[in-house]
Amino acid sequence: MSTTSELDLASPAPAKASPARSRRGLRGNSTFNFWLFTGPFLIGLAIFIYVPIGWSVYLSFFEARFTVTPEKFIGLDNYRHMLTNDDFVGSLGTFTVFAAFIVPTTWALSLGLALLVNRLRFMRAFFRSVFFLPTAVSYVAAALIWKMSIFSGVRFGLMNTVLSWFGIENIAWLADPNPPWYWLVIVSARLWLQSGFYMILFIAALQNIPAELYEAAAIDGAKRGWQTFRYITLPQLRATSTAVILLLLVAAYQAFDEFYNLLDKTTWGRPPLVELYLKALGENQDYGAGSAGAVILTVLICAVTLFQGRLMGFGRGDESK
Amino acid sequence: MPGIRKPAPDRKARRTGRGGVMGSTGLYLATGVAALLFLVPFYILVRNALSTDAQITGENWTFFPTDVQWGNITSPFDDSSVPFARSLWNSTIVAVLHTVGVLLVCSLAGYGLARIPYRHANKVFYVVLGTLMVPTAVTFVPSFVLVSSLGWVDSYRGLIVPGLFSGFTCFLFRQYFLGFPKELEEAARVDGLGYWGAYWRVVVPNSLNFFAAIATITFINGWNSFLWPLVIGQDPGAWTVQVALSSYTTGQTVVFHQIFMATAISILPLLFVFLFLQRWLVQGIAQTGIKG
Repeated sequence: MSTTSELDLASPAPAKASPARSRRGLRGNSTFNFWLFTGPFLIGLAIFIYVPIGWSVYLSFFEARFTVTPEKFIGLDNYRHMLTNDDFVGSLGTFTVFAAFIVPTTWALSLGLALLVNRLRFMRAFFRSVFFLPTAVSYVAAALIWKMSIFSGVRFGLMNTVLSWFGIENIAWLADPNPPWYWLVIVSARLWLQSGFYMILFIAALQNIPAELYEAAAIDGAKRGWQTFRYITLPQLRATSTAVILLLLVAAYQAFDEFYNLLDKTTWGRPPLVELYLKALGENQDYGAGSAGAVILTVLICAVTLFQGRLMGFGRGDESK
Repeated sequence: MPGIRKPAPDRKARRTGRGGVMGSTGLYLATGVAALLFLVPFYILVRNALSTDAQITGENWTFFPTDVQWGNITSPFDDSSVPFARSLWNSTIVAVLHTVGVLLVCSLAGYGLARIPYRHANKVFYVVLGTLMVPTAVTFVPSFVLVSSLGWVDSYRGLIVPGLFSGFTCFLFRQYFLGFPKELEEAARVDGLGYWGAYWRVVVPNSLNFFAAIATITFINGWNSFLWPLVIGQDPGAWTVQVALSSYTTGQTVVFHQIFMATAISILPLLFVFLFLQRWLVQGIAQTGIKG
């Protein structure tokens, strides 16, 4: 219905008039069209993103257990509670350790795979597919394979089987935080799942490096291998590397699935979102404190994103060369 | 040791390997070993899904069951404690409607922001950009509060609707439409089409590659998402397949072949999507992944 009226309005002008007039004719109803196109999205954004965030800020100042329409205003107590809560603060520490492991390893592995695949002359598509395939697997499925077989603490787990061939005793990968083998399980699962994705980004970036640069380097006597990599490839990948690191950090911050499924009944290895889940949707259903936690995490991620963007000059329009 | 060869795409076919036979052997050896390691989890999955529990837990490692247990395929469906078939159905509905909805809502908004002149378009764009700074996963508590007060817990609406308004996807569409050739739209205008008509008859049909790329990524994310379905699906009838899989880890009894078969079945649709749509997927990631 709006379509037809809009058609009627728009059609006569371009048909007869000069380009200048036709543009004016369109501008006349472009405001209407702008809202027609963006309206549904913006309404949804308001209801499902902005309203919850606002509500959450509101809830965080109230005592809200088992209810989302609280009455008792308690000021900053929820924030004080969360910031002095060892579990919550500890979860930020868990995130830091996790990020320190997963960001550099994923960066290195995905770049390494990209360099390998990019140099293949035949079967390139095949190998790219193999490395990319885990992208289709969910974190839950990977967690199951890792927990129930590869890093199962029992004798018939794959890793323990392999270790037993070398006469090494069974290791309780997940059930014992001392030594913290669970990090190996967590990090290897995520590495497997996400490296292929970032490999694709690096391959695209590698293919954008002008061949002339390598020719010039060869003429200047740069040795193939490390020298060309260090002085040509790596600097040319700067923009992509920066973006990848930022994406990896944000992804690590949101880690939930594999921690939840791998370390289900443990008290260790809880990243922020798992902690928040247990707080808000666990036994106590403490929405007030949970909201305060969500606000704290949101502020932190915004600060990190902005700071990193500034620091690394990463933003819109900044593309790999 | 092999040297780094020029990674110039246009020359890859003609490039002569200066690393020689040795270099190329080393290269393929390294790639092959890495590929085998990447395939190990798939091997484990298939092996365990088609074995008996006695073989899985046996004293010696059996590389592959000699008597393949095809009968295991029905075992996840026979288990009454986890509504596996129902969860597959729920996941299908959710992933499909999620994909269709996201494509529709976000592409329209992206086009409006990119191409329709409006005085305050910039301000509106900042409203969208603002949501990019906050990952939706971080706000799951407030979102749950809202959705539960709407009474949408345990419903398809609750599973699907809140996820439709992806600022990031809208942003990707906007960037894409900014680069869409203006001449095509102008031709459409000359033919008497307004914005709406030009969008559906000219812009969308000429952007199917981009739509396919976004659709593939969105579908995979929709099928694989876990946190939101876990929060919303409190009743087993509303579980998606990921939540159903997760429930196996907390189950009282562990039936190995059943868990692995269920996992394999849950991955299968995606492998098909992946095999047939990989081209668009790779293209989409290469084009858009970087711009986040």
